[in-house]
Amino acid sequence: MVTTARTRPIRVLVAKPGLDGHDRGAKVMVRALRDAGMEVIYTGLFQTPPMIAHAAADEDVDVVGLSILSGAHNALVPQIVNALRDAGMDDVLVVVGGTIPDADVPRLREAGVAAVFGPGTPLKDAVEYIREHAPVREGAA
Amino acid sequence: MTELVVRFLAGDRRALSRLLSHVENRTETGSIAVRESFTRTGRAHIVGVTGPPGAGKSTITNALIRHFRDGGRTVAVLAVDPSSAITGGAALGDRIRMMENYDDPGVFIRSMATRGQMGGLALAVTGATHLLDAFGFDLVLIETVGVGQDEVDIAEAADTTILLQVPGLGDSIQTIKAGVLEIADILVVNKSDRPDARQLVRDLRNMLLIGDRPGREIPIVETVATEAGGIARLAAEIDRHHAFLVETLRRAERVERRLLREVALLARERFERWLAVQLESSITIEERRALVNRLVDPGTVAGDLVDQMLERRSGDPLPG
Repeated sequence: MVTTARTRPIRVLVAKPGLDGHDRGAKVMVRALRDAGMEVIYTGLFQTPPMIAHAAADEDVDVVGLSILSGAHNALVPQIVNALRDAGMDDVLVVVGGTIPDADVPRLREAGVAAVFGPGTPLKDAVEYIREHAPVREGAA
Repeated sequence: MTELVVRFLAGDRRALSRLLSHVENRTETGSIAVRESFTRTGRAHIVGVTGPPGAGKSTITNALIRHFRDGGRTVAVLAVDPSSAITGGAALGDRIRMMENYDDPGVFIRSMATRGQMGGLALAVTGATHLLDAFGFDLVLIETVGVGQDEVDIAEAADTTILLQVPGLGDSIQTIKAGVLEIADILVVNKSDRPDARQLVRDLRNMLLIGDRPGREIPIVETVATEAGGIARLAAEIDRHHAFLVETLRRAERVERRLLREVALLARERFERWLAVQLESSITIEERRALVNRLVDPGTVAGDLVDQMLERRSGDPLPG
């Protein structure tokens, strides 16, 4: 799929949607992605879907990583994916991390999420997945 | 002209954000975008906000956004944070303190990593500033950590440079060291509700008494950014400085100097790209071996290479 060599760092937006005040996991991901050579923009807590989409579009990121521990993923994620599409981000890679029951994973994937990283996922695996699947955009190199 | 540039010229915000990536990545499309929109530039007031980590740059920037937006002016922000020298990665966190403005089309916030290449950051910043200016933002705020030459370079890209200081970072000797203090147009003492803020203001005032800045006194503004204290005064000083630059014709002078500097940087960038290719192909295995065995010194090899290139190239135009 990817034939063009990447010549700039992957840009990632890490976002905490909804009413979930625990961002230690998100911050650990920010650090891990940074250490993997990526440019990571962290939004902070309590973000609405439109806030996330605006930030992703203005920052022109390749990847949006959502960290959700509140259980509201089934409601929030489709809204965020739609908001991203409305903001013109049609090729962005969306991944979700957090406490997501296995039973909900197919539904999230159907909504447009590329991968779900549940509790116990090794940091390395999530980082590698993002590195391999982040889109390489025409002309961005 | 690419479709992206056409969309940008028509006022498409998403095209602006894509083109900022192009400019940052130093692509041909980025150069085309600047070229095609350059006649629209020169209108924005470009303000540099610099100071040590934790001084409150993002918080001040956020308070300024709110203040200028209340006055009906549009604001773009370039928030520059360092890339890791080891992995090249970066954690860009300045946006957090500005998220409240997310839904306002009159505000555009973009994070930028330094990426560590020489001169590259300065060019990425000037290029991005041109595009934001051309897009029609009234103010472009460039936020950087105030240490070292890179930041002095960025300050040179601004009409007005604000330097934030906070109490508790050192004694009065810090105020007489060379560096960004010399290039500040407005000094800000943030966290001025702290007990040792008075002493810092005194030290800065003494430092300014000795310095030689003809034509204008450098104001010291005390702020408590988290409560928006002093922000109205700071915004007024920013406008006053702009008026001063325009009235005394110093703005034209600054703009000319800054554009000529950009020309020099762009020429150097182009030359260095060419040179990198030449170097790769020009150093022979014998030369490499001689170097490693210490039979010849690096200066001699470099001198010979340049002499050869100049001989080969004399009369030819420098290829793109």
